[in-house]
Amino acid sequence: MTSDRYHTRVAFTVVLVTLALTACQREERYFEPPTKAVTPPPVRLSQIQPGAISTDTSIEHKYEDTAYALSEGKRLFGWYNCNGCHANGGGDKGPALMDNVWIYGSKPAQIYSTIVEGRPNGMPSFGGHIPENEVWELVAYVRSLSGLASSGAAPNRADAMQTKKPEGNAEEQKPVNAAPSGASEHP
Amino acid sequence: MSAGSLSGLGSVASTQALRERARAIVGRGETMLDGAGFGSQAERALQQAWRDEPGLLGFLKTTDHKRIGRRFVCTAFVFFVAAGILAAVMRMQLAFPDNHIVGPDLYNQLFTMHGTTMMFIFAVPIMQGMAVYLVPLLVGTRNTAFPRMTACAYWLFLFGALSLWTGFALNAGADAGWFAYVPLAGPQYGVGKREDIWNNLINLSEAMGLMVAVDLLTVILKMRAPGMSLRRMPIFVWASLVTSLMIIFAMPSVMLAANLAQFDRTFGTHFFNPAEGGDVLIWQHLFWFFGHPEVYFIFLPGLAFVSSIIPTFARRPMFGHDAVVLSLIATGFLSFGLWVHHMFATNLPEVGKGFFTAMSLTIAIPTAVQIFCWIATLWTGRINLRTPLLFVLGFFFILVLGGLTGIMVGSVPFDLQVHDSYFVVAHLHYVLLGGAVFPLFGAFFYWFPKFTGRMLDEHLGRWQFWLFFVGFNVAFFPMHLLGLAGMPRRIYTYGAETGWGTLNLVATIGAAVIALSVLLFIVNVVHAWFKGPRADDNPWNASSLEWATPSPPPAFNFVALPVVASREPLWTREEDEPTHVSGLSAQTREGLVTTVLDAVPDVRYSYPDPSIWPFIAAITVVVWLFWSNMTETGMFYGLIPPAIAFVAWYWPTRKETVEQLLLERKP
Amino acid sequence: MIGGVHDVQMPGGAQAQAIVGLWHWLLPICVLVFVAVMIALGLALWRAPRASNDTAPDIASLSKREPKVTRVVIVAVAVSTLLLLVLLAVSVMTDRALAQLPLENALHIELTGYQWWWEARYDDPDPSRMFTTANELHVPVGRPVIVTLVGADVIHSFWVPSLAGKKDLIPGRDTTVSFRADRAGVYRGQCAEFCGYQHAKMALFVIADAPDDYARWADRQRAPAAEPSSDEARRGRDLFLARSCAMCHAINGTSAQARHAPDLTHVASRMTLGAGALENTSSNREAWILDPQQFKPGTNMPPQNIAPQDLAALSAYLASLQ
Repeated sequence: MTSDRYHTRVAFTVVLVTLALTACQREERYFEPPTKAVTPPPVRLSQIQPGAISTDTSIEHKYEDTAYALSEGKRLFGWYNCNGCHANGGGDKGPALMDNVWIYGSKPAQIYSTIVEGRPNGMPSFGGHIPENEVWELVAYVRSLSGLASSGAAPNRADAMQTKKPEGNAEEQKPVNAAPSGASEHP
Repeated sequence: MSAGSLSGLGSVASTQALRERARAIVGRGETMLDGAGFGSQAERALQQAWRDEPGLLGFLKTTDHKRIGRRFVCTAFVFFVAAGILAAVMRMQLAFPDNHIVGPDLYNQLFTMHGTTMMFIFAVPIMQGMAVYLVPLLVGTRNTAFPRMTACAYWLFLFGALSLWTGFALNAGADAGWFAYVPLAGPQYGVGKREDIWNNLINLSEAMGLMVAVDLLTVILKMRAPGMSLRRMPIFVWASLVTSLMIIFAMPSVMLAANLAQFDRTFGTHFFNPAEGGDVLIWQHLFWFFGHPEVYFIFLPGLAFVSSIIPTFARRPMFGHDAVVLSLIATGFLSFGLWVHHMFATNLPEVGKGFFTAMSLTIAIPTAVQIFCWIATLWTGRINLRTPLLFVLGFFFILVLGGLTGIMVGSVPFDLQVHDSYFVVAHLHYVLLGGAVFPLFGAFFYWFPKFTGRMLDEHLGRWQFWLFFVGFNVAFFPMHLLGLAGMPRRIYTYGAETGWGTLNLVATIGAAVIALSVLLFIVNVVHAWFKGPRADDNPWNASSLEWATPSPPPAFNFVALPVVASREPLWTREEDEPTHVSGLSAQTREGLVTTVLDAVPDVRYSYPDPSIWPFIAAITVVVWLFWSNMTETGMFYGLIPPAIAFVAWYWPTRKETVEQLLLERKP
Repeated sequence: MIGGVHDVQMPGGAQAQAIVGLWHWLLPICVLVFVAVMIALGLALWRAPRASNDTAPDIASLSKREPKVTRVVIVAVAVSTLLLLVLLAVSVMTDRALAQLPLENALHIELTGYQWWWEARYDDPDPSRMFTTANELHVPVGRPVIVTLVGADVIHSFWVPSLAGKKDLIPGRDTTVSFRADRAGVYRGQCAEFCGYQHAKMALFVIADAPDDYARWADRQRAPAAEPSSDEARRGRDLFLARSCAMCHAINGTSAQARHAPDLTHVASRMTLGAGALENTSSNREAWILDPQQFKPGTNMPPQNIAPQDLAALSAYLASLQ
């Protein structure tokens, strides 16, 4: 074996092994929930705070950006009737989820709070009704509705009547925080 | 009189000047050398004209059908071993009930990768590779008709296979079965990129199949040695002809299906979405319209190997040569009328399904004709029981058994019980391994001397055969019983209460024996490559034209193209008949085009020179495919590099133009 | 013990019996042909003289016909064709027999295949007598059953080998399969079309009861859930409704009416949990609720973060759902 071929083979093996070890995180299927129960941080709508600046607790689901989590989130979005108020992301009784307007924050921990604690003006509290792991999957899916999930992991079209562009083809909408709308606007 | 030097013409600027220079050379009385036998000026000129550049560049640029054919065979065999290892892991998982070696996700990837690799990356390419190597030799010509296309096909095939397996290494291995039924492989339930990679593989491997099929078809119909009329054509060449025609009709179906599915997944179309007017079942129709002929792409070359080996080792021409050829053609036609037998459990109308039962039973008749002709050949011949014939005998046992279980599953009511059970797993392995892999090993032993110039070891060959034969039956026969006992396919485990444990354990033991036999083969090949006894031109004393060349053949195959006067050219000697073609150029890559029916010489043909563009074109096509998976614009912008590569591929070079001018003769 | 007859060659009903009849034609004829061909091959090898690589080939057949051998081959092909025709005829006759199952007074069931469980809705002309159950069918012996097959998500396949041949549940293509159980007993079936992670554990049980037993079972299934008798069971019901259970499961007679997961109104009366994954005992129910992924990884039911006393209460409630 010439030295050239030997080196090529070594390089090839190293590359292959590295690939195998890093493996594609995005394709991970996890059947046991990857994170333990955590208390969500409070919702911050203002940057003014007393005392020292506290670091933003960015609690994340370990597999938030996996195709499996997003597809599970999409399934649960239908199963738990989020469509009833948020209509496939277009909103009606509840605000639209596919635009760039986020009343209570677009960070995963903030969306988690929204789902678990509920919000004024009609968002029910699902804490205790939806297991924590599934809430994180819903969080990931809700973010994908406005294109915030990576296109490599975002779900494709559903095998159902078409209501919107598939999440994987949605354009990314940079989140803009808005003040909550006045109570008088909704009966 | 020296061989005309072409290099001096490279510096001439205009076409007019080229013509004058060419005329000057020809006018000086230099003749084209050809047909003068070994060791002569012609042979040296041919070696010069047909040699590849040394090193990596020559490897990438070659258009020598033998190098390309060998590449196909070696690469496909490597993937055969890889897919076999996956099968071994599956068998370990299934050996005991409630086993925990692999979980459901990995198991789904294992059987999908096993099936996809075996069907798309091993079976069809290896058969095509053997044909690419052997057909030009068998028909007595120097190369295939479109060698650059076949070279490009190899790279497409390699990159497709590597992309599938890289996906597997990255936890993105296809996991919806080798048949990728929608909706499981569709956009909603086929989560992630796994099925996108599978769809890409289909595009690449089927493009390869089509390219090689067109090439083989052309060389078989238009470039046979003078005198090799269709009736004198070897059975192997007939099988390649029928297979290539079948490929051209069938492969577009699965490419279409995979692309429609890919559009559903990437662009949100609704081809397979019943809620928006699509249909789930059309996937199955499109897939199996290809899928059933595909098993015949694999089976017919296997039959062809048998038809090549039996006459040589029975020391007589094939009995019923015409009947065997007609049976191959009939099988090719009939195979397009069977596809619904994979869909008997769907809600298609019962009368329609009955038609497909009738067709499935009918296709047994041409196969039966061939089997009886083979037995008749052996009965009336004199048997030389060497390893190739041993594998053919194994083929008889296993294929006939598999074919008969095929008759059983061809019947609708019975299939409604055993469809998607281990009975079908047993059937398909009996016909595929029996009908293709056993003949393939026989073919390896038969043609290894020709490919490499060395003989494989007979002793190891016998051991390999018996281990393979016994191991195969121990592994797969119990699966018939498992299917009848209700065990479905594609399950990663089963409960102890089902009672399937014992037979599964037996099957796993058989699988281990098969693995051992394949290992023996690899040992045999490696040892023979370095230390095997040298082979002469015709070690088996066979009758077809490939044995008229040295072992291994030089790049140009024949110093002088043969003229054929009978069906068994090396066994007969016709008096007063021409034996060789003369008058073709030995300084350029020139060949002879003959007519379709009677192979009367027709036109002189210039083979394309080696080129790097097929390799580059293949790379650009693969990049385009993957880019279009990721973004919508990739679909269009990604087409620009392939366009450039294909234009460069066909761009005429100065050297080729000059050669054409040199070879022109006024009528 | 999870049991059930699950064998093509042990028919318990008319359809499976007809197919076994076909098998009794297919097997002997195919064995006969196989043995004949192997004997012919063996004889050919045995009686032909031996040769070596250097033996001169016999090229007489290139110029001379071989009438005797030709005759034998033609006869062999003719016999094979005849046998194939016989098999075709038997196959068609079996097809007809399957299609001619008398369907008067049939029981109608709509079976929907989900990933990875079966929902069965017993239909009735009077809608108030319809009821839904999961993974376990009871049918009366001797009465034909027409099952409408609906694919909800991906393609599944309904296969109870001892009762009938299989039929696929294809989304967008509803179809029916009919059978009749002629012998009382437990018949096991399994999904026979690859449908994802837990295709392996999607079993179905068809229990053929005597007509009176069936009527009693159906009446019990129609009734709403029994009122829990103990405090612990009542607390269990409250937990069921307050936690995530009611988000997917239905129990008739309570406010839990979601249909994404098996109906649990009479869950304690079934043989298995998780479509044949586990035997249906109290401790198995608790283990299943705590972490279904241990038994059926990839299934849609999530693990529960639940305190032991709550789990016990829940289990007590479920045990009362006979």
